[in-house]
Amino acid sequence: MTDTTTPADLPVQAPRDKPLTPGQAMRRRALRHKGLMFGAVVMLIVVGIAIFAPLLTQYDPYQQSLLARMKPPVFLGGTSEHWLGTDGLGRDFWARLAYGARISLMIGIMAAVISGIIGSTLGILAGYFGGRVDMVVTFLINVRLAMPVVLVALAVVALFGGSLTVVVSVLGLLLWDRFAVVLRSATMQVRKQEYVAAAEVLGASLPRVLFKDVLPNVMNHLIVIFTLEMAHAIILEAALSFLGLGVQPPTPSWGLMISEGKDMLLFEPWLITIPGVALFFLVLAINMLGDGLRDVTAPEGRN
Amino acid sequence: MAVFILKRLGLALLVALTVSFLSFSLLFMAGDPAVAIAGENASAEDIALVNERYGFDRPMIVQYGDWLGSAVTGDLGNSWYFDIPVTELIADRLTVTMKLGLFAITLALAVAIPLGVAAAANPNSMIDRFALFLSVVGQAIPSFWFGLILIVIFSIKMRLLPASGNETWQHFVLPTIVLGYYATPAIMRLTRAGMMEVLSSDYIRTARAKGLRTRKVMFKHALRNAIIPVVSLAAVQMGFMLGGSIVVETVFALHGAGYLAWESIARNDLPTMQALILIFSTFYILFTFLADVLNAWLDPRLRVG
Repeated sequence: MTDTTTPADLPVQAPRDKPLTPGQAMRRRALRHKGLMFGAVVMLIVVGIAIFAPLLTQYDPYQQSLLARMKPPVFLGGTSEHWLGTDGLGRDFWARLAYGARISLMIGIMAAVISGIIGSTLGILAGYFGGRVDMVVTFLINVRLAMPVVLVALAVVALFGGSLTVVVSVLGLLLWDRFAVVLRSATMQVRKQEYVAAAEVLGASLPRVLFKDVLPNVMNHLIVIFTLEMAHAIILEAALSFLGLGVQPPTPSWGLMISEGKDMLLFEPWLITIPGVALFFLVLAINMLGDGLRDVTAPEGRN
Repeated sequence: MAVFILKRLGLALLVALTVSFLSFSLLFMAGDPAVAIAGENASAEDIALVNERYGFDRPMIVQYGDWLGSAVTGDLGNSWYFDIPVTELIADRLTVTMKLGLFAITLALAVAIPLGVAAAANPNSMIDRFALFLSVVGQAIPSFWFGLILIVIFSIKMRLLPASGNETWQHFVLPTIVLGYYATPAIMRLTRAGMMEVLSSDYIRTARAKGLRTRKVMFKHALRNAIIPVVSLAAVQMGFMLGGSIVVETVFALHGAGYLAWESIARNDLPTMQALILIFSTFYILFTFLADVLNAWLDPRLRVG
């Protein structure tokens, strides 16, 4: 999805003698990008639900009620008391879904932060120094790629216990490869620019060059990969929890909700459909946001 | 070419060695295996007995050397759960997974390449939009959930296909769709991007200008060149799919190596876990190595370095 905006599409009233600042031009491209806008709106909604979960439901996601088990959602003949129904333990499904958004977002963000720090440090160092450093980093990337992520994550959670911290750490330690690969080549490009040579000649210290000259110029790549890995971590957490080796019950994780619903697949398929659709839309939105950001910030997408 | 292959082979071996060491130490760190085998309430003598039999009280590096030494000769130890050699346990499970992987990559290529070519030939057309839609959805849909939805539709509602097991070919249909769809988006995107680039090149313009038919230009001139990176991606995807098979096989209770991995994790069967991590990573390394060699053979420019 590339931005197909041509100068002819721009509003006529745009003053010709006063060119847009790069920031203005980027905002304009962003607002015209349908995928980006869709992703941003859905993300905002999910973040809103996660933050305001206590205000959006009067139910506690952990509160069981044996008298109100397996109530169907409103659109399948249920009552407005539980508009998304209740699960096999009589817990309000909407409350679990809303609080579950917190788990998914938190795991996604935290894992992407950890892997982002590891991966971009390695990638920037490899791209900047080249030579031996690059060889070592490339080797580490190869080793990481050869480790089966799902298998290692499952084993770690089984051995160290399924707490949020363990799940976040193991995903963070496993998902840094794409950060390293992309930032390595992006830094190699930036490294050749004259402003980096100028800063070095002026005697700028290494951290100064890396943080003030290199990092800002690879930031767009960093943000795009961040969104992709966040989506990746969210899907993996759901898969791990589904297999029973992610976060543990009774935490309201969407993957766990699907896992709990699968025993009642035959009679109550909505129990897996609702959290699955939520998961799908969240991941879809994050991916579209990332793709959109890449289109909007990439130099070749500029008019 | 020989130098290139040797270099790559050396690197592949080094990667495999590092992965095996990392996974060994990971499982080693996870607490005392002697206690795990003897049970929570075991007496000190029981634990000493287990230690004597398995040698868990030796330094890690010694145990690793031991394990590696026998692994090279094809002995991966005995399963703690079944008490039979791990290699025996894994062998027939692995055929199921290989079968699934082969079906899935065939499906993925059969869908992704024609669609990618058609999308590149008609940018912004309906077919291009459909291809984009398919790949965006494919990247966002959790495979375990997609599998369950297929079970609901095709096994429970329509009663067309079995939901679990691996006795007949029908048992492989749904898992193949799920795993194949998982690999499709990346292959399709790369095919489309490669074709777009090749189609705008000078030699395609020449071929068109001399009056060749579109079909001939597309398949004989363009696809041949665009397919090179796709071959290597397909090999890498094949390696990734072995990992993805854990989730898919568990959903469909398909008794392959992936399902075995999940079972042995649940049973705390360390030797089997260790062997499976080794085998999965070795397959990945092997596939990427083959892809590198194949690429270098197809495109001489890549033989440097």
